[in-house]
Amino acid sequence: MEIGLIFLAIILASLITWLVKQTVNVQPWVAEGVTEASYQAPFNARPKVVALVTLLAVITSFFALVVSAYSLRMELGDWIPLTEPQLLWTNTAILVLASIAFQWTRNAASAGNAQRLKPGLLVTGLLTTAFLVGQYMAWQQLNASGHYITTNPADAFFYLLTGLHAMHILGGMYVWARATVRVFSGHDNAEESIQLCTVYWHFLLVVWLVLFGLMLST
Amino acid sequence: MAYVAIADRDHDEEHHDPQTFITKYVWSQDHKVIAIQYGCTAIFVGLIALGLSAMMRLQLGFPDTFSFINPENYYQFITMHGMIMVIYLLTALFLGGFGNYLIPLMIGSRDMVFPYLNMLSYWVYLLSVLILIASFFVPGGATGAGWTLYPPQAIMQGTPGIDLGIILMLASLGVFIVAFTMGGLNYVTTVLQARCKGMTLMRMPLSIWGIFMATVLGLLAFPALLVSAIMMLLDKTIMTSFFMPAISSMGADPGYTGGSPILFQHLFWFFGHPEVYIVALPAFGIVSDLLSTHARKNIFGYRMMVWAIIAIGGLSFVVWAHHMYVSGMNPYFGFFFATTTLIIAVPTAIKVYNWVLTLWEGNIHLRTPMLFAIGFIFTFIHGGLTGLFLGNVTIDLPLSDTYFVVAHFHMVMGVSPILVVFGAIYHWFPKITGKMYNETLGKWHFWMTFLGTYAIYLPMHYLGFAGVPRRYFAMGNTDFLPDSAQDLNAAITVSALFVAATQILFFVNVFISLRNGKKADPNPWGAASLEWQTPDTPPKHGNWGHDLPECHRWAYDYSVPGYEDDFIPQNVSADVAPAGRDHGGEH
Repeated sequence: MEIGLIFLAIILASLITWLVKQTVNVQPWVAEGVTEASYQAPFNARPKVVALVTLLAVITSFFALVVSAYSLRMELGDWIPLTEPQLLWTNTAILVLASIAFQWTRNAASAGNAQRLKPGLLVTGLLTTAFLVGQYMAWQQLNASGHYITTNPADAFFYLLTGLHAMHILGGMYVWARATVRVFSGHDNAEESIQLCTVYWHFLLVVWLVLFGLMLST
Repeated sequence: MAYVAIADRDHDEEHHDPQTFITKYVWSQDHKVIAIQYGCTAIFVGLIALGLSAMMRLQLGFPDTFSFINPENYYQFITMHGMIMVIYLLTALFLGGFGNYLIPLMIGSRDMVFPYLNMLSYWVYLLSVLILIASFFVPGGATGAGWTLYPPQAIMQGTPGIDLGIILMLASLGVFIVAFTMGGLNYVTTVLQARCKGMTLMRMPLSIWGIFMATVLGLLAFPALLVSAIMMLLDKTIMTSFFMPAISSMGADPGYTGGSPILFQHLFWFFGHPEVYIVALPAFGIVSDLLSTHARKNIFGYRMMVWAIIAIGGLSFVVWAHHMYVSGMNPYFGFFFATTTLIIAVPTAIKVYNWVLTLWEGNIHLRTPMLFAIGFIFTFIHGGLTGLFLGNVTIDLPLSDTYFVVAHFHMVMGVSPILVVFGAIYHWFPKITGKMYNETLGKWHFWMTFLGTYAIYLPMHYLGFAGVPRRYFAMGNTDFLPDSAQDLNAAITVSALFVAATQILFFVNVFISLRNGKKADPNPWGAASLEWQTPDTPPKHGNWGHDLPECHRWAYDYSVPGYEDDFIPQNVSADVAPAGRDHGGEH
């Protein structure tokens, strides 16, 4: 549970530090007119950005707990370390490329460069789909070599971690698909969606690197 | 940059007025309607859970009398009662119900920042409730694993509902967590981003602080439940061994290898303990506002109250293993968790002192909401004090599986939050419905509920000391228990049925008042917080008419010296002195 606790402690500590900063040396009982100082815009950010950051905190907590479960379960006697398929390296590279492609698209959207949006979104989508297909092929390889989900807890966790991560990617793909449809139908350039998605893609890339690193090292 | 309140910036994001009955009351995106939908659904499932507890009490009070209650049913009743009350009633009611209703109104916003997501949150919650209720009717019935759903027994032969019951239970929890996350993102973002001009964090009413912090706890803690539900579901359906140890079941080998039931307990209580505070913090906040308003005094130690809420929120994540003393652990861990558990008593005690000191020399109006709020102080102190006993490893070990624990947690997170729920409903009833409730019925409801619950739970402490084990279908022939234990059990059952029956008063009151209640004054209690200053009662879509309010002061300007009125609403400017302010001293 230590890992879960550390992540949670970081999230909570940053929130609490911020809250305390906002609340010390304030004399709430004093009435005063509405001034710039009396309005605490917490972050100069749009609500959707705040919501996304909150969601990322929730997902961080989720994966930190899965990792905690992994490390606790690992200590029990029946754990036989799994040799991860080499394919995962390729998949990782693809996911890195997807993140880069999204960043490229995002920069285009910010710069108002509408021509780059369509290819950018398409390439990102293709790369991300390729990653998911690659993960599925890794599952197939493991299955073929006799590592079923019930064979060993190490195998079970492999399927669990990759599965959960893939589901989060799929959730992101839903937003990506909506943004893509909007861009291709020519309504608008879906700038906000693309920006938020890019952050989400980078985040899931980091999550994947952590999970992959964890599985490699154990 | 010229400063514009964020609530103003998005005025071009349309707030369509709903046109038809369907968009107004069914697929509504208005936070007030969603709050009422959440509230009604939560209270409805709460009534089911109340019925289940009545059945359990019938069995315990009068064993061998009711042929329709067998041991399997009894365990199903326990499980569903606990799960519904904690998650589907209290969490949903406090955050989905009161959170939705109060946050935008109290911070001076027109709605939640994501109305569509808010609507989705309710309907997904409803789906989780339907899945939960469906589990009563599937073959094998609902799960009887206890609300903690501990493996291995939760999915082993011999426990009721191991076919579809447990699967539906876990699925329902998963769906609920999705619903809660959608709602929770909304509440957090709204509190952070949509406050009106002048509404600094330290001017927010404590209700909002409590709901906000509880939402943060929920967002970070529910993932633990989701993780354990997913892993248990895999253990159940495709025979992985995350939690299931190598075990033989009725002479056969079900095929599990070396999983860790303790791992489940860690994950479950990592969620389970913050869950206690997800229920308690909104109650803390709301009760502070009720006490202050009806005692006509500012809340004592507002800043301490805020910091206590924050501290409790932080500490609630490092005490979970005190639920697992009997599972066995390294003595140093036990020492650590006992210490953190007792430390939580400090901010909690600060809150209790501050509530009592708020009443001190106040102009106390014993209206129904105030009665419930004061009743809460009593039940919470009682439940909290027994928590200090149970937080110590050595005292917990003998008491853990007795009725002492049942009495403790029902007092502290059953009765106490429910009293606040009732107090809050009576308090905001005039604003929500535009009608006054019946004060006489309300007072009867309070006294019968308050005294009745004491008649239920006070004797349970003695049963616990005597060693009556909890979770048992029947005591059987247990030598160390005197016969009078059974008499006490019968008395508890009578009280429980009485309390359950008196809740009819509440519903009668609500229905009569809705039909024939007196038209409510916009601000019948003379409350200072923003939700009482809306141009319409009940507030219309968009809450504030043409202009958003501006906040000039905290929510607790009651009985300010020199002012004629004994309250100053938050949106009254600091420069405007009500009549009589400056002349009072000269005569």
